Amino acid sequence: MEKTNTQTNHLNSDDSGGQKTGMERRTFFKYAGAGAAILGLVGSSCKKSAGNSPVNKNTVDLGSGDTGILNYAYALEQLEAAFYTQVIAAPYTGITAAETAILTDIRDHEIAHRAFYKAALGSGALAALVADFSQINFADRTNVLDAAKGFEDLGVAAYNGIAYLIQDAVNLTIVAKIVSVEARHSAAIRNILTTGTASPFSTFADATVIQPSALNNVANPYNGLEVSRLPSQVLPTVNQYITVNLTATKLP
Amino acid sequence: MNIFNILEEIEKADPDFRDRINPRRAAIKNITSFGSKVAVAALPFAMGTIFQKAYGQTLPQSVTDILNFALKLEFLESAFYTQGLAAKSLVPTGGDTTAITTMSTQEKAHVVFLQTTLGSSAILQTTQGTNGTYDFTAGGLFSTVFTNYDTFLAVANGFEDTGVRAYKGQVPGLIGNQTVLTAALSIHSVEARHAATIRQLRSLRPAGPATIKPWITGANDTGNANLFNNYVGEDNVIQDNITITSLNALNGTVAVNAATEAFDEPLTLAQVLSLVTPFGVK
Repeated sequence: MEKTNTQTNHLNSDDSGGQKTGMERRTFFKYAGAGAAILGLVGSSCKKSAGNSPVNKNTVDLGSGDTGILNYAYALEQLEAAFYTQVIAAPYTGITAAETAILTDIRDHEIAHRAFYKAALGSGALAALVADFSQINFADRTNVLDAAKGFEDLGVAAYNGIAYLIQDAVNLTIVAKIVSVEARHSAAIRNILTTGTASPFSTFADATVIQPSALNNVANPYNGLEVSRLPSQVLPTVNQYITVNLTATKLP
Repeated sequence: MNIFNILEEIEKADPDFRDRINPRRAAIKNITSFGSKVAVAALPFAMGTIFQKAYGQTLPQSVTDILNFALKLEFLESAFYTQGLAAKSLVPTGGDTTAITTMSTQEKAHVVFLQTTLGSSAILQTTQGTNGTYDFTAGGLFSTVFTNYDTFLAVANGFEDTGVRAYKGQVPGLIGNQTVLTAALSIHSVEARHAATIRQLRSLRPAGPATIKPWITGANDTGNANLFNNYVGEDNVIQDNITITSLNALNGTVAVNAATEAFDEPLTLAQVLSLVTPFGVK
């Protein structure tokens, strides 16, 4: 773990799966919990999240059209792949065999997604991103699983929210093939989080991600539908975990 | 429930919403103002009316067909969970009941959403099965569906994964229709959450398939041969002409299992209908 913490590697260098976690352990703990809180905020509110002002970060724009959208997806998958790579490289205290199996599978799915987008985008691919997970305490189970839940929910909402702008049917189908897997991830992690609690299986499709579905609320036309978000609502969160400032000036 | 938020959300999802209903803008204003005075019970009707005015009259036939196809599947799933929860001593109390109840409620909500969107074009539930009653044994294939919880979960497993595949297959037909495409995908991901959870419930059953995961590994991984056709093509490892198993992963290339699990595959309308016809879907 010490070794990983001093590495600074590109997120999508598949042979390394590295990331920047060069922070002192003290600082690490100072920020522990903040990451979950930020992700939680995004996950539970339909309002546009307040943009955080990036300090001394280079700006990278995702571009326009299907290429811009696939690069947006590529950025999300880079973030997720790097996150789970770190989770498995330095498992949290008390991780069970079942949890390891689930999280390892998810890591491998996200790596496959990342590799796919990189190959599909070819020379149009975004440069490799460098992650900054200094807000996440990888030794703490709740912190890690909350962050995982936040990343997955964010990914599903992002895919659902951008799909309507995709022009090419093949690209649209690919995105649909991937978003349902991200939703499976979210459900699996949420079910892990409620295992052994007083309310098992109570959050896999709860009101933080699904519009209220009580039948006395049929007036809500989005009853039972998952929330979706635009890049402008997703990127402020993504930017908290990478070393550049991603923008989507040609996307909504 | 906050009707002002709803209108705001609609505008967010569909910037043209105000334009669509422009001639009746004054009426909308009236509805929002009476919302604060009139009984909440009156609102469903009012919202349904707004939606029909905004979308119902302008839906192309191809989109109506897709939504009615989705409605047939939601009718099926909704009836399935309702019957399952009503069956004596079928669904164990605790996490199982919590999960199945959530799914039941959300499938019902999907039915209402699709009916509202389709308006008068919506098919009636009574056109399905025998006067609206399904055969959840599929002609005896799943004869213990409401007496044996493992059989019930296996059928649920098939329904949910097939639902995900069905919505996915219709997505290309909705290109360019922001409202309906986004709505379809927003139901699609909920079905995927259900599917993953059903799979996790099955993995915890003493008689459940030992190796089942929240995601689909290879082709039929459900441990039930009667579901074979529901998983045709799920073992695909080539996406957009790119062979996923040839791409670099942490150690070597992406493994076959990961390559199949990482991408859920679509089914055509005809494929789905052939899978659900034995239950009474028409």
